[in-house]
Amino acid sequence: MTGVATVRKPKGSTRHRIENRAIPILRWTLIVLTVLACAGPLLYGVLLSVRPLTQVINEPLAIFPPLSELDFSSYATALKDESQGGFGLARFMGNTLYVAIGTVILAILCSVLGAYAAVRLRFFGRDTVNGMFLGVYLFPGIVLAVPLFVVFSRIGLRGELIGLVLIYLAQTVPVALYMLRNYFLAVPESIEEAAMIDGCSRLQVIRRIVLPTAMPGIISTGLYVFMIAWNEFLYALLFLADDRDRWTVSLGVAQLSDFAVPATVLMAGSIAMTIPIVIVFIMAQRLLLTGLTAGAEK
Amino acid sequence: MARREDLTGRALVTPTVLVVALVVLLPFLASVVFAFLDLDVIDIGPLGTGSIEFTLANFTAAVTSSGFWSALWTTLIYAAATTIGSVVVGLAVSLALRKPFRGRGIIRGLVLVPYVLPVVAAVMIWQQLLNTQYGVVNALGEQFFGWTEPISFLSTTSQDLAGIPVPVTLIVVVLFEIWKSAPLAYLFITARLLAVPRDTEEAALIDGAAPSQQLRYVLLPQLYGVLALLGVLRFIWSFQNFNDIYLLTGGAGGTQVLAVRVYEELTTQGDIGSASALGLIMMVVLSVFLLIYVRMSRKEVSQ
Repeated sequence: MTGVATVRKPKGSTRHRIENRAIPILRWTLIVLTVLACAGPLLYGVLLSVRPLTQVINEPLAIFPPLSELDFSSYATALKDESQGGFGLARFMGNTLYVAIGTVILAILCSVLGAYAAVRLRFFGRDTVNGMFLGVYLFPGIVLAVPLFVVFSRIGLRGELIGLVLIYLAQTVPVALYMLRNYFLAVPESIEEAAMIDGCSRLQVIRRIVLPTAMPGIISTGLYVFMIAWNEFLYALLFLADDRDRWTVSLGVAQLSDFAVPATVLMAGSIAMTIPIVIVFIMAQRLLLTGLTAGAEK
Repeated sequence: MARREDLTGRALVTPTVLVVALVVLLPFLASVVFAFLDLDVIDIGPLGTGSIEFTLANFTAAVTSSGFWSALWTTLIYAAATTIGSVVVGLAVSLALRKPFRGRGIIRGLVLVPYVLPVVAAVMIWQQLLNTQYGVVNALGEQFFGWTEPISFLSTTSQDLAGIPVPVTLIVVVLFEIWKSAPLAYLFITARLLAVPRDTEEAALIDGAAPSQQLRYVLLPQLYGVLALLGVLRFIWSFQNFNDIYLLTGGAGGTQVLAVRVYEELTTQGDIGSASALGLIMMVVLSVFLLIYVRMSRKEVSQ
């Protein structure tokens, strides 16, 4: 705390004057740069997806096309099935939806039970289990990819969407559990005890008291898991690359970029795969942010 | 009662423990075993039936193979640069957005766009931005900065700039990762800033602290914890990052990091043994950094 003594300076010193003038300028420059950097690329992608390809190539700097020239055909091309001359993105999105929803349901089921146990129950090995979950959170995905590739090939799960669900489940459950813990801690223990004295079992307590009270937390955790499963790329690449019918949307868009697919179609695909995520995020922004940063306040 | 609680507790965590054990712990143990075996992808079928011979060949081959040390070096530089970059940018942005102003809510939402954007979509957009034929960055450069020819941002290991060699592509992947991960740092720092007690700051203001002094002596000490945590997490995640680099450059232009090497050992070489050995080496390097962090945080607590 010696620092505090040295910072005493009369108000209105040169240092104050310079800083008080410079900081607002710096601050606003930074804010403008931030907005440009964050929104700029996405906007560029959206605009690229609605311009005709020849126009993009001839006039790369005409980023904002006149309204009359907007061309939405890239979206149709990207989404339509291959049999109709498209790139099958709608089908890939269906696959991803299946995987993501499966992961969400299982992850919520596992993490509700696990988080409740971690918060309310004293049991042998609790600390070990908690430590293990933290370890999973930090485990390199690429290191696990090698053995999972071998094991899943061996038992015939490679190339199956259900195999991906299992992996995504294991990868998201630790975070889900951690997020839910904070919500469960907020449920008053006295109500649970009263219910148990009235004859409720543990599972009934969870279903009738904990779940309704912690519902916002459960929804936000579910949406977070959904986002992770929707965006995942590495395992989809390793396990599904051979089988075009099972591609997820991440894999589909990435593979398209290897073929000579027009830039506008590629952008249409990228924007199309982003829209569900944006909707999910807007729906639950406040919930998600409090859940994610719950640990940062200490 | 205590015994019942013990049983219920264990029963409730069992599904999660089972999944984690089956999909994370067992595979990891398998990977440790694979690292000591001479195992190729074609062997996957009869795995476990033939005679098993343990060997250190995978490790010696991995460490002596061409490009290993440069890949390790690239990985460390990449991880360190993105860690520092994303924490500094996150801190700056959350300080800039700290005081309320009109439209702050919208800007706060926009800040999160790069974090929320699916990585594949983000990479595709950047690839178009940096494209050599119609990308807006090169078009701007040629029109306004007098570039004589487009820069291939995603495959240039080194380009002379005023006589100094600049690792263009490495800088691009670092910038991409900072862009993608600074929002998370911003979120954590903003959450922590909300919990900073107002009275210390007001006291410093009354004592005549300049804004920069207030930051240095009042705010930063409060943020050290969250900055250190972010630093460690970001380093761990960047060190093992595969998606962003593989999708952006495929490892070209001097951006072959260890994770991309593991992937190539597995898929193009079909060598499970070396891929596992490389993965283990990554784990060892990471655990060294984790240990340093744990010891540092212990010291801080005991002081």
